[in-house]
Amino acid sequence: MGRKNYFKLLSLSIAVAVLPFFIRGDYYLSVLVFMGLNGLIVMGLSLLMGYAGQISLGHAAFYGIGAYCTGVLTTHFGFSIYLSFLAGIILSVLVAIIVGIPALRLKGHYLAVATLGIGEIVFIIFNEWMKYTGGPSGLSNIPGVHLGNFQFNSSFRFYYLVWGINLLALFFSLNLIHSRVGRALRSMHGSETAASAMGVNLSFLKIQVFVLSAVYASVAGSLYAHFVSFISPNNFGLMVSVMFLMMGVIGGIHNIWGALLGASLLTFLPEYLRVFNQYDILVYGAILLAILLFMPEGILEGTPVLIRKLFRQRKT
Amino acid sequence: MAIVDLSFEVEPGRIKSIIGPNGAGKTTLFNLITGVHPVSGGQIVFQGKDITHQKPHYGAGIGISRTFQTIELFGNMNVLENIMVGCHSRFKSGLLASGLRLPRMKKEEAEIYENSMKLLGRVGLSSKAQLPASSLPLGEQKTLEILRALATEPQLLLLDEPAAGLNESETDGMSELIYSIRDQGITILLVEHDMRLIMKVSDEIVVVNYGQKIAEGPPDVVQSDSLVIEAYLGGEIDYA
Repeated sequence: MGRKNYFKLLSLSIAVAVLPFFIRGDYYLSVLVFMGLNGLIVMGLSLLMGYAGQISLGHAAFYGIGAYCTGVLTTHFGFSIYLSFLAGIILSVLVAIIVGIPALRLKGHYLAVATLGIGEIVFIIFNEWMKYTGGPSGLSNIPGVHLGNFQFNSSFRFYYLVWGINLLALFFSLNLIHSRVGRALRSMHGSETAASAMGVNLSFLKIQVFVLSAVYASVAGSLYAHFVSFISPNNFGLMVSVMFLMMGVIGGIHNIWGALLGASLLTFLPEYLRVFNQYDILVYGAILLAILLFMPEGILEGTPVLIRKLFRQRKT
Repeated sequence: MAIVDLSFEVEPGRIKSIIGPNGAGKTTLFNLITGVHPVSGGQIVFQGKDITHQKPHYGAGIGISRTFQTIELFGNMNVLENIMVGCHSRFKSGLLASGLRLPRMKKEEAEIYENSMKLLGRVGLSSKAQLPASSLPLGEQKTLEILRALATEPQLLLLDEPAAGLNESETDGMSELIYSIRDQGITILLVEHDMRLIMKVSDEIVVVNYGQKIAEGPPDVVQSDSLVIEAYLGGEIDYA
């Protein structure tokens, strides 16, 4: 990755480090925690969709697998959180491989359909496997996260945990994008025919990036479960998958920074819209629609373009 | 589009051309050699090794590379990055090594960058390294495709109509590039409609029609073959 990206990453890290000192109240800190979690997932989606050109309509499934895996194992089986986190990651990787291998070996958007299916299946399992998941009423009393004797028992502490992991993932993703593998991902998006002629193994690479994005989502899910200590199937349904997608598209999914921006904005937006009372959903929809209409490439890359356009109009 | 009965050999270090009317199966032949289309019968052998049923990404690793009739550059990437993708098969760093930026990967990156810039310098495109590939004029896009193929360090290079759409001086530049590639010791299999270029650069020509070989030999022999003249609209060929 170039110097510019290191500088951006460093600036973001500093901003993340000092931000909590300017924020009052646990509530807004918890919104920032969700921002970090959503950002982590959408980053993975950005690698998958924006860079590799594959669509997933079921990323909430991996989010849910991470959450339920750690939730069930710690509450019912007394697993340590390290092991349960790891179990969530392994299970997500396995599911991603099982879904990905048949879907990604074919040309076209089979992954979209396959992930739509896996999202539904996972949702049904969360609902019906009452004995362990608690069914529709959810799973509660999930223990908090600790590192040795240090308890992440406040939003303030959890914030640093989540954003620390988020920034590590961002570092990993940025390195990846500016590497042989990242270029191969983008080349695939540009021309699959030419990419394979250059020796890029398309299906293997697609499965790899799909698995990586599943791991991001799974880690976010596990963190989520331990943060809120209560999870229910509705947190991981189809609409949640669509929401992640929307975050990416709004921010600009072709750029990892755009994805992060989109996740941050859409996590915060509903908080701002409280002033509209019962009309908030309406305004929310209108804002999303307007962004998609006027900045189809997302806010990050669309804003400069839009400003230039407005400026030119005023001149003439 | 199908190849019916076609058999020929390419000697190392030489330029062999495939010509024939539109729809004769020239591009299909390239797609068969590179594994894009499955082969239903017959055999393709490269350096004594049967490569008939290999996947499309296999060729780059063993020294076969190609360009495309309709330009297939990575339009979402810049000129330099296009060539860097060409280096893909010669390096190893995987997902984890890249994401963690291990020293091995950093070394590879430096090497890829250096190799790619050197290739750009060879045709005087260094100053355009950071431009989007799709912003180049057609002639330079064609050249860039060849550079990208060269980045795989091939032993056999398949060029699919490298001069299509180029003007006369650009075509001359193209033949210079083709010569310089041959002088590097790379074997070239060339599909082209520009007869002037074909007759100039080819060591040997294979003439194909309806997926069948109708003639093979050095340019002057092929030129006077009656079947060949027949295939080209039954008239004389303009070699001007």
